[in-house]
Amino acid sequence: MAPRTLFDKIWDSHVVETLPDSTAILYIDRHLVHEVTSPQAFEGLRLSGRRLRHPDATIAVVDHNVPTSDRTLPIEEADSRNQIETLERNVREFGVTYFPLLSARQGIVHVVGPEQGISLPGMTIVCGDSHTSTHGALGALAFGIGTSEVEHVMATQTILQKPAKNMKVVVEGQVGPGVTAKDIMLAIIGHIGTAGGTGHVIEFAGSAIRELDMAGRMTVCNMSIEAGARAGLVAPDETTFEYVRGRPFAPKGKAFDEAVAYWKTLASDEGAHYDRVVELRAEDITPVLTWGTSPETVIPVTGNVPDPAAEADPSRRRQMQRMLDYMGLEAGQKIAGTPVDVVFIGSCTNSRIEDLRAAASVAAGRKVAPGVRAMIVPGSGIVKAQAEEEGLDKVFLEAGFEWREAGCSMCLGMNPDRLTPGQRCASTSNRNFEGRQGPGGRTHLLSPAMAAAAAVTGTLTDVRELI
Amino acid sequence: MDKFTVLTAIAAPLPEENIDTDKIIPARFLKTTKRSGLGVHAFDGMRYRPDGSENPDFVLNQEPYRKAEILITYDNLGCGSSREHAPWALLDFGIRCVIAPSFADIFNNNCFKNGILPIVLPREVCTQLMDDARQGANSRLTVDLARQVIIRPDGREVPFDVDPLRKQLLLEGLDDIGQTLQHEKAITTFEERRAQAQPWIPRIVLD
Repeated sequence: MAPRTLFDKIWDSHVVETLPDSTAILYIDRHLVHEVTSPQAFEGLRLSGRRLRHPDATIAVVDHNVPTSDRTLPIEEADSRNQIETLERNVREFGVTYFPLLSARQGIVHVVGPEQGISLPGMTIVCGDSHTSTHGALGALAFGIGTSEVEHVMATQTILQKPAKNMKVVVEGQVGPGVTAKDIMLAIIGHIGTAGGTGHVIEFAGSAIRELDMAGRMTVCNMSIEAGARAGLVAPDETTFEYVRGRPFAPKGKAFDEAVAYWKTLASDEGAHYDRVVELRAEDITPVLTWGTSPETVIPVTGNVPDPAAEADPSRRRQMQRMLDYMGLEAGQKIAGTPVDVVFIGSCTNSRIEDLRAAASVAAGRKVAPGVRAMIVPGSGIVKAQAEEEGLDKVFLEAGFEWREAGCSMCLGMNPDRLTPGQRCASTSNRNFEGRQGPGGRTHLLSPAMAAAAAVTGTLTDVRELI
Repeated sequence: MDKFTVLTAIAAPLPEENIDTDKIIPARFLKTTKRSGLGVHAFDGMRYRPDGSENPDFVLNQEPYRKAEILITYDNLGCGSSREHAPWALLDFGIRCVIAPSFADIFNNNCFKNGILPIVLPREVCTQLMDDARQGANSRLTVDLARQVIIRPDGREVPFDVDPLRKQLLLEGLDDIGQTLQHEKAITTFEERRAQAQPWIPRIVLD
C-alpha cells in the first residue's frame, strides 16, 4: 500500500461506503452536542419519527449560553433558559449522557471531551461547532458540522463527505521565552491566511509541536478553523497516551494497551504525500496579537499597525481601513501601549489548567490595572476545581481578577458576558470578528500570558517585560 | 427543502472578502430553537445602526436589492463558525443563491443542506456579475442549475461547476438522511466489523 498520512489512515478506516461521485459515507465515533445547534436537529428526528442511532456514542453539555456567575440562581435570560431546558428535555427523551449545569463535569464541550476521555486518538468526532477541530490534538479526525448534519449523524451515525486534501504545517526549532502555543498558531494563521487551509486537513508537525503539552496542541488544533481548514491533527505519541490514560471514559487495563498498540500505527508513513507543506522556524515566532477584525491580522507585540496605503488592491485597502476604524486604531501606530478596558481569559482555545497556570504566573504578586475588568473563565468545573486546589483562584482574586464558572462566556457573548460598544478587550479566545464579543466590541487575540500582562499593565504589553 | 431549478432574480453586490458568519448572523440571535424567522437579523451589524434604524449605505437596504435572491461577494464567504443559522438567515431573507470566488467549507455544506446554491466563479467574473447587478431593477440574473449556467442580462452565459450528487439533491429538493438510510445495511456491517477489530472502543453509557 502507498504511504499514507495520519488523515488518510483515519479516513480510510471510517469509510462505510463510497458513493459513485467519490462522496464517502463516513462513520462517526463520537458526537458531541450542545444547546445552541441541536434543538432543530432533535426536532427533525421527532418530526420524521427517526431514532437516535447511537446514544452510547453521544454526549451533551450546556456551554454557549450558560451564565458564568452564581449557578444556584435561576438563568435570567429567557431565551438562554429555553435553549438549556430544551436540551435537557431532548437528552431525556433520546437517552443521551448529559453533564448538567451543576455537574463538576460541565464545561465547554471541547474542554470536556478530551478531559473525560470521550475523545480518543484515531476516532472521528463531530459537533455542531466549528472549534471541534480542537480534538484533533489527540490524533482524532474532528470537525464542526451544521445542524442538518447534526441531525444526519443522530439518525445514521455517519456523515456524507468528500476526502479533504492533506496539508502539513511544520514548526521546527525551539520557541523563545514568553512564546506559547497560541503565538505559534496565530503566527501560522498570519502566514497562511484565513482561507489558507480551505479544503484541507492540516497536520501539525515538527519539534516545536511535538514539544507542546496536550493543552498546547489543543490550542493549535482549535484554531485550524481560523485558517479555513476542515480539521487540524497532531500524530498521537507518548504525550497523548499519558494524557488519555485513566480518563473516566477512556479504555482501561488490557483494553487500553490494545488501544495504544493501534494508536501507534496511526502516525503518517514516511514518504506520505501532502498537497501542501508550510514550514515555519520556531525561533522566528515572537509573542503576537491581532490588530484587526480577522484572525489573520497578526503582528508581533513589538510591531506597528499596518498602513492601508501600502496595500495595492483597492477592495483590500478599503477593508483594512474599515478594520482600523472599527478597532479605533491609527495606521502605523505601535500596538504595545494601547489601553484595554477588558481582559478575557477563557474559551475552548485557552481555558485549560495549563492556560490558567500561565496567566497566574504573570498575575502573581501584581494588581489588575485601575479601570480594567479582568475575567478568568475556566473551561470546565474540573479545571476550576483543579485550579482551586493549586491556589490559582487566590492568585487571581488577590490580583483583582474575577473568578467565574465554566462556559463559553465572552468568547461569543451569548450569555451576559459581553463587551459594550467601543470597549477594547485583550482576549484569549479565537475570533476577533466585528461584534463577536458584543456589538461594537474590539477584540485583540493573544495568549493567556499576554492577556494577564495586559490586565496588570492596563495596556497591550510584551509579556517578556514581565517574566 | 425547496427544490432549486431555475432562478431569475435580482442580485445584490457585496464586494467584500471574508464575510464571516458572525456578520451574517451575530451570536446573540442564535438563541432560537427554530429554523425560521432569522431573516430580519441577517447582516445585523451592517444593516442596522446602533439605534436600530436602517443603514442606508448597506446594499440590502437599497432598492431593488431589498428583494435580492442572489448575493455576490468576494473570497471566503461564510468563514468562521459552523452555525447553520447563517444560511437559515439568508434563506429567510430570500437569498437562494450565493456567488463568490471561494466559500468556507462548512458554510458551503450548510448552504446545500438548505436549498441555497453556492456557485464558485473567478474573482473577475464575480466583478462582472456585480457590475450587471448594479444596472438597476430590470437587470436580473438567471441561474439554471440543470444546465449549470448563469445567464447575464445581455444574454451571455457563464458556466459553473457543481458536485453532481449535490446538484441532484437540490434539483429534487431531497433531504440526504433518507438517502443515507438506504445504506443502513452497510452501516450495520461496518459497526459489526469494527466491534470485532477494535473491541476496546468504549460505549458511553449513563451512570
